[in-house]
Amino acid sequence: MPKVIYKIEDDISTDIIYPGRYMATVLPSETPQFAFDDIKDLNKMLNDEKPDDQRIIVAGKNFGCGSSREQAASTLKGHELIIVARNFSRIFLQNSINLGLRTIICPDIEADTGDELIIEGDKLKNITKNKEFEVLPLPKARQAIVDAGGLIPYTQNILKQRQ
Amino acid sequence: MPQTMVQKILAKAAGKPSVEVGEVLEPNVDLAMSHENAALVINQFAEIYNGLGKPAKVWNPNKIAIIFDHRVPAESKKTATNQKKIRTFVAEQGISKFHDIRGDEGGICHQILPESGYVMPSYVVVGTDSHTTTHGAIGAFSFGIGATEMASVWALGQALNIEVPPTIKVIINGTLPKYVLPKDIILHLIGKISAEGANFKVLEFHGEAIRNMSTSGRLTICNMSVEAGATSGIVPPDEETVRYLREEAGYKGEIDMMQADPDAVYDQIVEINASELTPQIACPHTVDNVKPIAEVEGIKIDQIVIGSCTNGRLDDLQIASEILKGKKVARDTRMLVFPASSRIYQEALDKGYINDLVKAGAVVMNPGCGPCLGVHQGALGDGEKALATTNRNFKGRMGNPVSDVYLASPAVAAASALTGVITDPRKGVN
Repeated sequence: MPKVIYKIEDDISTDIIYPGRYMATVLPSETPQFAFDDIKDLNKMLNDEKPDDQRIIVAGKNFGCGSSREQAASTLKGHELIIVARNFSRIFLQNSINLGLRTIICPDIEADTGDELIIEGDKLKNITKNKEFEVLPLPKARQAIVDAGGLIPYTQNILKQRQ
Repeated sequence: MPQTMVQKILAKAAGKPSVEVGEVLEPNVDLAMSHENAALVINQFAEIYNGLGKPAKVWNPNKIAIIFDHRVPAESKKTATNQKKIRTFVAEQGISKFHDIRGDEGGICHQILPESGYVMPSYVVVGTDSHTTTHGAIGAFSFGIGATEMASVWALGQALNIEVPPTIKVIINGTLPKYVLPKDIILHLIGKISAEGANFKVLEFHGEAIRNMSTSGRLTICNMSVEAGATSGIVPPDEETVRYLREEAGYKGEIDMMQADPDAVYDQIVEINASELTPQIACPHTVDNVKPIAEVEGIKIDQIVIGSCTNGRLDDLQIASEILKGKKVARDTRMLVFPASSRIYQEALDKGYINDLVKAGAVVMNPGCGPCLGVHQGALGDGEKALATTNRNFKGRMGNPVSDVYLASPAVAAASALTGVITDPRKGVN
């Protein structure tokens, strides 16, 4: 069952998710090692532990604020994380959708490290706390990109239609 | 239907008479800008064409701008190799708006674009940099996107699935007192509405303080609009915009003076009286942790930074040199200055500002992003404090998670350089 491996505060910037000193590393295959590099215990957990359960990070408001660096989404996607936040900063949310990182907008989320969560449709159930929370849908235009499997196949489909 | 600035621009770009907030569009893009992260865009662009059986050609090589600024000259072999890869791509595709590492035409992307006349009012501009909001100062709808989204723009010439954003109208009346600058206005606004106060929205700036402000000041304000979460900041074009484009950017063509309708519908209206403002400081570690200078005066500063896409322009260097001329940077403080472009550097040399700053003890570095994003040049030691005219003070931003960054205007930065502590420039420094 998906489990919360870390709880993190409000306003987590892309500098925290993927520090600027690694910006010359661009390929999605190479970015995951540097995820949360300045939060050593979290970085170590992500790189060293490979549990069977899907891993969730629960954040507060404005997750992913700051730089547009796409590595902040690819580094988390590389670990196949689910990010549950009260809300997300615009560019980070768009990058996540484009790359297929699962982002869950849950304005009232209550969860702690170790809690087990089930996310189905517009509901998030915290099994450990026996509480249920509303999940906001992605705007329709963005859901279409998710359904296509990301922005690259979505753009490919458009280019094919233009032939 | 009455329209805001962004509604009008997006309607034009999507070939419609008008658009509603929330409507989903695929607007044509007038300018697509990247810096060194073009290396990732090139990779994603190749992915798009992988197996498609079509030649991987960009939609319009004259509408793409690539400017090296984040790590110039290269700090590592990895960056240097990325830059080399980008040069090859630029040559292959015939990309015309390319600014390499040069002392005559290089600089920070957000300064190169306006000063080269690449951005016009009513343009749709996208950039793989969050501070692409800067170009709203010219009257464009200009916003940051990721590298994959840019690859899609390079292929199609359109931004996909853009929702028409709601707009917050910001009215700034009054007159800024001496040594209170446009930076203080935007820091005050971010503190007031919070770091997510304009998330998914546009900030449209009006009022006499904006009308009386130079384009340089408007660039500062639109630049930091993203720190309130805004998709874009925007200043409706006026006589000053025309002056800037003609005299400073050398543009001779027609200019679309598109304005918001007077009865346009806004999501919210925020009013600020510039006459009542004091110097503002964004304290660690969020940009909305803004305090009037009186609350933080006297804090010891190890490093002063003047520069960046926010405050590295000629008037910023002028005010710093005015405060520092004939005086000395405090012994236990170091001061780094980064002009925003080669052109500004040359003008500051010609006017003697650079001489004044160097004689005072400042280290003047080459134009570029410098220490703002903590990649190279000017990293902070453990426990050190910096005061910078840059735009972000996130934990670790200046290269060290156990350091503090305070954000302020160039006047506060220069006054604080003389004393080594946060100092109010209005009080005079001897």
